[in-house]
Amino acid sequence: MASIHLKGLAHRYPAASSGATVPYALNPLDQVWDDGGAYALLGPSGCGKTTLLNIISGLVRPSEGRVLFDGDDVTDLPTEQRNIAQVFQFPVVYDTLSVADNLAFPLRNRGLEKAIIDARVAETLVMLGLEGRAHERARSLSADDKQKISLGRGLVRTDVRAILFDEPLTVIDPHLKWQLRTELKKIHERFGHTMIYVTHDQTEALTFADKVVVMDAGVILQVGTPKALFDRPRHTFVGTFIGSPGMNVLRCEFDGEQAFVDGVKIPLDAATCSVARGRGLHESTSVRLEIGIRPEAVTVSGEPKTGPAVRLIAVEDLGRHLLLRLQLGSQPLCALLPEGAEIPEQPTLHFDPAMTLLYADSLLVEGTDDTEQTSAVRVEAYA
Amino acid sequence: MKVQNNRAWLMVLPMLLIVALSAIIPLMTVVNYSVQDTFGGNEFFWVGTEWFQEILASERFHNALQRTLLFSALILAIEIPLGIAIALAMPRRGMAVSFCLVLMALPLLIPWNVVGTIWQVFGRVDIGLLGHGLASLGIDYNYTQDTLDAWLTLIVMDVWHWTSLVVLLCYSGLVSIPEVYYQAARIDGASRWAVFRFIQLPKIKRVLLIAVLLRFMDSFMIYTEPFVVTGGGPGNSTTFLSIDLVQMAVGQFDLGPAAAMSLIYFLIILLLSWVFYTIMTSLDNDAAASKGGQ
Repeated sequence: MASIHLKGLAHRYPAASSGATVPYALNPLDQVWDDGGAYALLGPSGCGKTTLLNIISGLVRPSEGRVLFDGDDVTDLPTEQRNIAQVFQFPVVYDTLSVADNLAFPLRNRGLEKAIIDARVAETLVMLGLEGRAHERARSLSADDKQKISLGRGLVRTDVRAILFDEPLTVIDPHLKWQLRTELKKIHERFGHTMIYVTHDQTEALTFADKVVVMDAGVILQVGTPKALFDRPRHTFVGTFIGSPGMNVLRCEFDGEQAFVDGVKIPLDAATCSVARGRGLHESTSVRLEIGIRPEAVTVSGEPKTGPAVRLIAVEDLGRHLLLRLQLGSQPLCALLPEGAEIPEQPTLHFDPAMTLLYADSLLVEGTDDTEQTSAVRVEAYA
Repeated sequence: MKVQNNRAWLMVLPMLLIVALSAIIPLMTVVNYSVQDTFGGNEFFWVGTEWFQEILASERFHNALQRTLLFSALILAIEIPLGIAIALAMPRRGMAVSFCLVLMALPLLIPWNVVGTIWQVFGRVDIGLLGHGLASLGIDYNYTQDTLDAWLTLIVMDVWHWTSLVVLLCYSGLVSIPEVYYQAARIDGASRWAVFRFIQLPKIKRVLLIAVLLRFMDSFMIYTEPFVVTGGGPGNSTTFLSIDLVQMAVGQFDLGPAAAMSLIYFLIILLLSWVFYTIMTSLDNDAAASKGGQ
């Protein structure tokens, strides 16, 4: 097991024709993955997640920067010498081999003794719950069992420094996804492998990981606990990407004391105001200001004149919640109400200042004492 | 309720007619010849299985059969591994792919008798580039006089002509393997041989079966090229079954024995193709079954 340090890492795929400059698939970044951590790498399709994963495992060589395992530079080491296990989106099994031979394959390739191989394989079969099917042909298994074998070929090795998952549950039936994810968590708790789990599904990311890394367009936007990502997204993209529905982001003005959305006064908390004043945001005209608030933090009441009035556009029943689509001034926003709540005819809005965040040019305005802030994250490159 | 509708037979009729005209009727004509004797004048005498007994007992047939079997065995032993090796070495992307594919397809586009003529001239000691070149290097090469030289020429010619087919079939199988299999193999630390044995070979097995069957049948029936290059010589050393058959049927006009020989020839090809097919398709099933039984 190892900590993984990506130092000044960046990647461009080779140009189709010489001379053409290709944009970064992965913008320059510094990132440390702690030993034994369970990380999720979350982002929309095509944001560079898989590229980042393949750079760690050595399937892709980065065009800039270094990859360090426990401080050792492994950038030039081939995949097979990095002792990384990787599970891919589509299960990979060796069709002609039995389940047991599939698991033994990585050990045989490394020239281990037969007795050791047999013991490790038997142990792994039990771990995966496949002990009764050891001699079946791998080809005849279902997709989720095949994916277990893909994982098993990593678990069977004792020298694995990290297990990387590239959207491993894509082809798995929904009811089995929970089960497999729970098993992954158990394996993590038991063996403490460093795990990096790539997904575009926020539920998967938030339930699997201790820490979630949110990416978009080749840039790491935020690294934090699921709660931090939900409560204090550092970038409006993170706010809108995480949560269902995502955070409300409304254009606003700021006078130094409070925000105004289309002339409607929105109170902000004192700390945010003082930071914003300190940066001169109340005088600047070039900075784009927005407030962000979770639909869960927007409260709606029927009592008139207690807050700004909004127009009710639509109500959607989400099962356990009611989603209200509202319009404040010219801008749409959402509010979540518990199931069975009464919907006022003349709704007025209440924003909790503690939950109302201010964004300048899409970045959260916050104090520097925030422990979740990672100085390594470079977001300038993000368009 | 049972529906009776004899009009369905009308729909099958065109197909039946085509099959009858193209296969059944010619084959039955041959069967007809094989059990009778004729002295011309459209007079036939029933001889039963006499021709079959004569052919099966004749040394001439045994020798031709052995030569043909040896030729097919050598062709398969060379072209299949060579074809796989070339397919593995071919590029997977970029401009080079089209270039290689066209290069590979070229020999396949040349008519058989032209291939024979090309090599017949190419190998001539007096004017051929190959024959004259070897002679001027001091190598004693003459395919019209030396048995080994004749065989070498025919085998090299066939390899040159038909390995491309194996290459193209294997290549089509190889490019259909998703990249993720190779990535997983690198994660598992697989050697180049293990990648071939456990990923590439299982994935190209089906097309390889087609390649083996096609190359076996074609080489076992080879006629035009050796007829043009060596004419079956020197002596009878390259007289394969097909050449022997034509000599018997057209040269000597022994229709009865020739028909019996055709049928035996046909059955051998059918039998050997079935054997190849059965072995290659049951290989994994056996492996799995024996593993399961342990």
